[in-house]
Amino acid sequence: MTEFYRQYLSVAVLIGAAALMFGAMLGAGRLLRPNRPQPEKFITYEAGSDPVGGWGQSNVRYYVYALLFVMFDVEAVFIFPWAVNLKSLGVYGLIEMAVFIIVLTLGLVYAWRKGVLRWA
Amino acid sequence: MIAAFTITPSFYLILAAILFSIGAVGLLVRRNVIVMFMCVELMLNAVNLTFVSFAKALNDVGGQVLVFFTLVVAAAEVAVGLGIIVAIFRRRRDATADDLRTLEG
Amino acid sequence: MTPPISTPSINWLAISPEIALAAAGVVMVMLRSVLRRRPITMPLCVVVAISGVVAAGAVEYRLWQVVDHHRAISTVAGMVRVDLFGIFLGVVVLGATLMTLLLSVAYLRREGLDAPEYLALVLLSAAGMLAMTTANDLIVVFLALEVLSIPLYVLAAFDRRRLSSQEAGIKYFVLGAFSSAIFLYGVALTYGATGTTSLTGIASFLAHNTLLDQGTLLAGIAFLLVGLGFKVAAVPFHMWTPDVYQGAPTPITAFMSAATKAAGFAALLRVFGVAFPLYRADWRPAVFALAVLSLVVGSVAAVVQTDVKRMLAYSSIAHAGYILIGFQTATSRGREAALLYLFVYSFMTVGAFAVLTVATRRGDDRHSLDDYRGLALERPIVGGLLIFFVLAQAGIPFTGGFIAKLEVFSAAAQAHQYVLLVIGVLAAVVTAYFYLRIAYTVLTPGEETSSAKPLETPRRVDVWSGLVLVACAALVLVVGVVPGVFVHWARDATFLL
Repeated sequence: MTEFYRQYLSVAVLIGAAALMFGAMLGAGRLLRPNRPQPEKFITYEAGSDPVGGWGQSNVRYYVYALLFVMFDVEAVFIFPWAVNLKSLGVYGLIEMAVFIIVLTLGLVYAWRKGVLRWA
Repeated sequence: MIAAFTITPSFYLILAAILFSIGAVGLLVRRNVIVMFMCVELMLNAVNLTFVSFAKALNDVGGQVLVFFTLVVAAAEVAVGLGIIVAIFRRRRDATADDLRTLEG
Repeated sequence: MTPPISTPSINWLAISPEIALAAAGVVMVMLRSVLRRRPITMPLCVVVAISGVVAAGAVEYRLWQVVDHHRAISTVAGMVRVDLFGIFLGVVVLGATLMTLLLSVAYLRREGLDAPEYLALVLLSAAGMLAMTTANDLIVVFLALEVLSIPLYVLAAFDRRRLSSQEAGIKYFVLGAFSSAIFLYGVALTYGATGTTSLTGIASFLAHNTLLDQGTLLAGIAFLLVGLGFKVAAVPFHMWTPDVYQGAPTPITAFMSAATKAAGFAALLRVFGVAFPLYRADWRPAVFALAVLSLVVGSVAAVVQTDVKRMLAYSSIAHAGYILIGFQTATSRGREAALLYLFVYSFMTVGAFAVLTVATRRGDDRHSLDDYRGLALERPIVGGLLIFFVLAQAGIPFTGGFIAKLEVFSAAAQAHQYVLLVIGVLAAVVTAYFYLRIAYTVLTPGEETSSAKPLETPRRVDVWSGLVLVACAALVLVVGVVPGVFVHWARDATFLL
């Protein structure tokens, strides 16, 4: 057994101890507590605040920004490998990526003209 | 006795299979549309993990490239799905699959 | 210092149908951005959309000539393979797309939904479908699946005033995303088992290697079948179909039932026919079960429906069962039958939904059978066409529906699939019952007491919708009367490799 695996052994022991501790605590709780199911217990906040009608601190208005960000952020996935191989891909690669970015930009233009970028 | 214990690709594959199952079961049993949505993401990411593990095992870079496509597709799905959910939300103020009953018959 | 990476050679002609549609879609979005809501925007976009489809159709025609005289074009590093099979289904998709666009013009105006985005989304979805018909790589199939599905989620939810439309959108979205994830997992497992995602690559790998452990591959095949089963609405993966077909705007329902099914079956036939012919013995029983379940559930559940759109949704599930019979035989005869069935079915279903589109009043939400009572008496041509389309779907002789069913049955008989044959015939009898029920309802006068007078507003059918109705009816009739030429086309399109 190498040192490498010995380190993992301690991880395994830790996981086992954690699982045991949690199991014991939750199991003991389950055995001890009374069980009286009520429909109110299944709502999100049992304390009484109604979860319907708000998204907490966030505002629905943010979601378009968030989605636009996600889209452009993810498209960068294609640009990175291209950038690394820019030289070997040559002019052809440059044109392809230009087309790709132009189409993306058209999407942004559309969003802009639709007025989603304005804070209403 | 633990000497034979190595992390092989199958560990990742099994983990991915478990994640995929959690996602699939979650999608089928949960009723909140946003949670169902997260379950789909979990499934897609489990597939990504599968792709990467196979790519490593097969020593083929192709599998890792596929992950890029999956990621982008998942993002597009997120955008569209959340858009529809928000559109419903503006009318209904809640998002549970159980409430979507107009179309049962 | 770094060696140039060899980029795959691209045959631009081979992929120009997709480019034409996608470009038309982008142009429309730009028109929408630049012109905003000027009165000219919408007509201009209609022109762009239709010319995009026509251009794609022209290229498909040219490709048919090229491929027919030479051989299939394999391009983009073998990821796209343009053969007669793909072109045939591509033409079906384009036909359905064109019909949908023509049908939508008056519909959008009537419903007050005029938005160029609608047309752009239809075209982008159609571009995905075209890519699906020629995809020769599982990843391209997946991307095409997503490109066709994502716009459809939005289109299903497009009618902002109707909650049922938004519900349809969200249901379609959740189950569509679920099926895509399942399909993708199938791709991953197949990739793991064979080391490639290319369909021809998988086939040659399996031909030259014996897998020690077949579990991964078989699981992969199963997941692929389930994922595509969702898209073609085969039972037990059909749960979304009635709800989505009912809730979506009616032209979109027509589009989904015709074009999506054609694209889904294109992928099914190609993936299983090209990549896994050696595993026939494993997937054929599964497809057998899907076919039987689709036929039984589709025909029986349709009988108890009261909403015409739901009825047609279940009937589309039964039709999927017939196409699956052709697929199940795994012979070129069966493929030919499936292709011909898809062709005829597309125009029958578009025609039927086109009638629903023009017959209903503003609001697009009154489609119960009672709302159609006496339609043929009040509006003989529209009602008569509805009767024609449902009878064609029932498979009455001298319509395309009859020829299509006949082809499927003879393919099943030739492959000695007598069980499927018998179930298919029985299902045809059961479905005939509710098709006749629709026809009967349309012919009986409505009671004066009923306050529902759904057929008031658009008394006149606009010219474009009329064109769609006439074209669909003519095609269905022509296939029924002179089937030879269509059977010949389908036979030409059969060969996958």
